[in-house]
Amino acid sequence: MKTDKPTAVFLMLALFSFSFAVAMLLILLASIINDGFSRLTWQFLTQFPSRNPEMAGILSSWVGSFYLMILTGIIAVPLGVGAAIYFEKYAKKSRFNYLMEINIGTLAGVPSIIYGLLGLALFVRIMSLGRSLLAGALTLALLILPIIIIASREAIRNVPSFIQDGALALGATRLQVIRSIIMPLSFPGILTGVILALARAIVETAPLIAIGALTYIAFLPEGILSPFTTLPIQIFNWISRPQVLFHRNAAAAIMVLISITFFLSIVAVLLRDYFNQKNNT
Amino acid sequence: MNKIIFGLLAIIILITAGFFLLQKKDAPVAVKTTVKIDGSSTVFPITEAMAEEFQKEHDNVQVVVGISGTGGGFKRFCRGETHINDASRPIKETEVRLCAENNIQYIELPIAFDGLAVMVHPSNDWVDYLTVAELKKMWEPGAEDTVMYWNQIRPEWPKEKINLYGAGSDSGTYDYFTEAIVGKEGESRGDFVASEDDNVLVQGISSDPLSLGFFGFAYYHENREKLKLVPISKSGTKETAVLPNPETINNGSYSPLSRPIFIYASLQAVETPAVSQFIAFYLNPANAQKLVSEVGYVPFSTPFYELVGNRFEAKITGSVFGNNGGQAGATLEQLYSMEEK
Amino acid sequence: MHKHKLHAKEKIIELFFGFCGMLSLLVTLGIITIIFKETFLFFREVSFFEFMFTTRWTPLFSTKHFGVLPLITGTLLVAGIAMTIAMPAGIIIAIFMNEYAPAKVRRILKPALEILAGIPTIVYGYFALLSVTPFLQKIIPSLSGFNAISPGIVMGIMILPMVVSLSDDAFAAVPKEMKLGAYALGSSRFQVAFTILLPAAVSGIIAAFILAMSRAIGETMLVAIAAGMKPSFTLNPLVPIQTITSYIVQISLGDTPAGTLAYQSIFAVASVLFVITFICNAIAQKLRYSLKYQ
Repeated sequence: MKTDKPTAVFLMLALFSFSFAVAMLLILLASIINDGFSRLTWQFLTQFPSRNPEMAGILSSWVGSFYLMILTGIIAVPLGVGAAIYFEKYAKKSRFNYLMEINIGTLAGVPSIIYGLLGLALFVRIMSLGRSLLAGALTLALLILPIIIIASREAIRNVPSFIQDGALALGATRLQVIRSIIMPLSFPGILTGVILALARAIVETAPLIAIGALTYIAFLPEGILSPFTTLPIQIFNWISRPQVLFHRNAAAAIMVLISITFFLSIVAVLLRDYFNQKNNT
Repeated sequence: MNKIIFGLLAIIILITAGFFLLQKKDAPVAVKTTVKIDGSSTVFPITEAMAEEFQKEHDNVQVVVGISGTGGGFKRFCRGETHINDASRPIKETEVRLCAENNIQYIELPIAFDGLAVMVHPSNDWVDYLTVAELKKMWEPGAEDTVMYWNQIRPEWPKEKINLYGAGSDSGTYDYFTEAIVGKEGESRGDFVASEDDNVLVQGISSDPLSLGFFGFAYYHENREKLKLVPISKSGTKETAVLPNPETINNGSYSPLSRPIFIYASLQAVETPAVSQFIAFYLNPANAQKLVSEVGYVPFSTPFYELVGNRFEAKITGSVFGNNGGQAGATLEQLYSMEEK
Repeated sequence: MHKHKLHAKEKIIELFFGFCGMLSLLVTLGIITIIFKETFLFFREVSFFEFMFTTRWTPLFSTKHFGVLPLITGTLLVAGIAMTIAMPAGIIIAIFMNEYAPAKVRRILKPALEILAGIPTIVYGYFALLSVTPFLQKIIPSLSGFNAISPGIVMGIMILPMVVSLSDDAFAAVPKEMKLGAYALGSSRFQVAFTILLPAAVSGIIAAFILAMSRAIGETMLVAIAAGMKPSFTLNPLVPIQTITSYIVQISLGDTPAGTLAYQSIFAVASVLFVITFICNAIAQKLRYSLKYQ
């Protein structure tokens, strides 16, 4: 194959595009590490925010993020997996269910701040939960619900039907098939989907701002009705301050945040591979 | 393997539960009280400093501070959602009514002096001073879409765009600025970068060579390497133009942009010991003078802080300002002493 | 007796599944109800004509103007800059990965794109405000600290992986026979890529465009941090602007007492946002569905 002129131009454009993207990524990571590395101390991880940037830390933020993630997971996972089971195993192929599928895909693309407004109106106002962990968790649960549903459906669909048919032929009820065959075999896929959905939830800022979570919080959440803050909210707060020292704190907190999401992604991939291996033997 | 996963999840949930339980152990008898504060972003740095120092000494109290703006804060305060409102202007009549409707009685407590600073970018070499009349020309409602260039203010200035930055309309700073400069509270042009968060304004002004903006003096003080302060002349001549600093703000010569800033406490909230202790801490002259100066505002004299403290102890409600949100002619000492009688 | 208990238990669990299934419908209905209820209240005070067709947005000042066009131009300006970068670059990279790239290059490229996709948007906001804007100010001295071009460029990088991935799906769906046939007839890789692959994948590319556009329009934190909070009816990328999403953030950072016009205005603009993104996503979904079952 000759490298004719159009191909040469195309390859140059491709190389340029690709290099530009990778270069931006490297510059971004380099500038964050450069700005934030010096602030990554044990003290930073265990102190509360302070008006003095050198003394400020992310304790209330990462603990808040941790609690929020767990609470969100507890709410979203049963609902999401339940919905996936319904769609894959119970729902008939009708126009209605086709529209439901489109609906879920569309909800996955709705801007996260709109979920925040829904949370503000429904959980903060109508259900009077105030600006609490519970309100935040419910809002984020609705946000990641479509993601969990889609991932779980995919996992359930991949369970070989011959095993299910065999069990049904032996007299098992649908529910028994779900419990003893589908759940164990789709578990890896669902787990991966859930971990990735929670990794998405942990970086969400806009919906939490919409429900009013941006305040000065220098204590750990007491219970699910406690006010709270999260890592991305703290980062946003520090970026909004003009002092360079606060920007360094923001960069350090960003490094913590990225490390957490990176760690979660790796765990998700490793678990999936492990289980796939196990299921295939 | 499934069992291991479930085991791990169980451990995570147990650790979380453990966290919750451990905290309850810290305060075996007393439940942690939360002091809820919201309001002005001008006053915020002082309240934040107070909250931080107070929480160091009082383990069982949590203080939460928001920055919804003076007006936004009052809306929450008058609905009973907060205990204390930070305010960079006195309470307005509409807010007094709202409070009355919800049976919220308030105690007005001035806590410091602020000078509204007018700033430009450090590279701006043509603005040497500004008169109140010129500021009015720049900011009045009629200026929207009309006064767009620097040379429209003074012909010898460059023909470049004026990029304006200022407090948003939920902000007491905005109310005060419009009252003092435009002449009517709440009236201004609409085409400027508005934010209740003064930090955003600092960022904007310090990165825009053609900018002009205003906010509380403490935010200038914190960021003075990035900003250029503009002397203001009330009467209109260069000689009478005054730069804000603790002295000129205190003695009133930085005029008309010097003003007192406040916290408002609700009578009901003060029943809670934690809130009462916090306010007493706030008004303690030693604490107030130290932290107010540290933040960059101008503290009152010790006798005046004691006067305010007495007002708090006596739980005197109501505002001394005739509820129009603006400035009265008498000095603060006179206004507050009158109430004692 | 035992069988009845079991039966009842099973029925309850199955009802639970059914409820979960309907939940997504409830969520959509919930969003629509709440957003449009407040929007309806909003339009009792403000005329629809003023909202859609006037160019001043000053809902917080004493002389209130409610023309939403500045927010829309702000949103489209940033999204437009982002798409100008992401679409051409994304499609080119996707073609490259599909037809040209040796396995070694693909092994670097794919993870790099996945990492780009995994970076939180707030980090992109930090990057735009504190690295890209100062850099651009050296080239364009009159550039304001808050502007549209800096978040626009960064947003382009942010949605690039999405464009590549979706275009990749579109190309992968093209039947192999078409390409093999063309190669058999002696076409070069370039010819196959541009005369066979691209046209055949057009519906998928359009879906990619729509989804990326929808993502760009709905992005909040990046613009809230770097684009400024000044509604301006302009297409000048060098001045502060305000998008629909950053306006919602601005009001949310203050107080939002229910029943006020300001509170209702966030829902009014949110309804514009919701309608646009909902329609975009629905169309794109249908396109991708037909892709799968070609």
